[in-house]
Amino acid sequence: MTIGLNAFLIIAGLLFAIGMLGVTLRRNTLVMFMSLEMMLTAVNLALVAFSRYNGTMDGNLFVFFIITVAAAEVAVGLAIIVALFKRRQSVMVEHLNVLSR
Amino acid sequence: MADLLFYLFAGITLISALVMVLMPNAVNGAMCMIVSFLGTAALFVLLEAYFLAILQVLVYAGAVMVLFLFIIMLLDVGEDSPAVKPAKLSIFAALTGFVILSGLVISLFTDPASLPATPAFEVAENPTGLSANNGIPFTTSAKSFGYSLFTKYMLPFQMTGFLLLAAMVGVIVVSKRITETEPEAETTD
Repeated sequence: MTIGLNAFLIIAGLLFAIGMLGVTLRRNTLVMFMSLEMMLTAVNLALVAFSRYNGTMDGNLFVFFIITVAAAEVAVGLAIIVALFKRRQSVMVEHLNVLSR
Repeated sequence: MADLLFYLFAGITLISALVMVLMPNAVNGAMCMIVSFLGTAALFVLLEAYFLAILQVLVYAGAVMVLFLFIIMLLDVGEDSPAVKPAKLSIFAALTGFVILSGLVISLFTDPASLPATPAFEVAENPTGLSANNGIPFTTSAKSFGYSLFTKYMLPFQMTGFLLLAAMVGVIVVSKRITETEPEAETTD
């Protein structure tokens, strides 16, 4: 394969940028949370690419831990969103602006 | 052949990610997100991280996205409410940030002087202990994961187990129904 490390890093960086666009552009808390997961995946892709082209296993193990932490984070974050919806009947960020009033 | 597959899966990943971000319906967005995660898993296969590719499909495309779809269904927030229009300035700011970040990434990694093109290492079949620079050599077998988790990364492994326990307790506490009165305290007499 003639594809080098830089090509994978471009893909990871663009995926991170798309995730950041989702977090800043969208008003739906659930979609913002999905975009955060996408940014985590972009970092995973960069770590695996570095690990492959460095010849060591450590990057792969870091990705292993990141996937575990992301699963725990999704469970807690969705529980918080459900609790917020019970209190406010909305998940749009326009209706969750108590601190800015 | 592998080059063609790289371009194909990179395109699938990026395009479905962009569609997910721009899709007004959250359910369709979650479906596009699953496609994007599958594309990332295919890129992991191209990087010869087969175990992580399987893990990506099982955990992200399976468990996490099912959880997301379930919560979207439970809260019934599929469509964005049309009454609330985001401010023009915030849309402009988000697009500007996206353009600047992606332009920086592309200009950084297409410049040959920034990072030298390194050839991919030869992949060993079986792990044979630590290499010279105290790193575990890259292998394709799942055996090296177990070897590393129980030798070099023993403490992080145990901390991750504790973190999962803490997350489970936290989810139960957050989603528990809070009652006004304590029925246990009244019936003890």
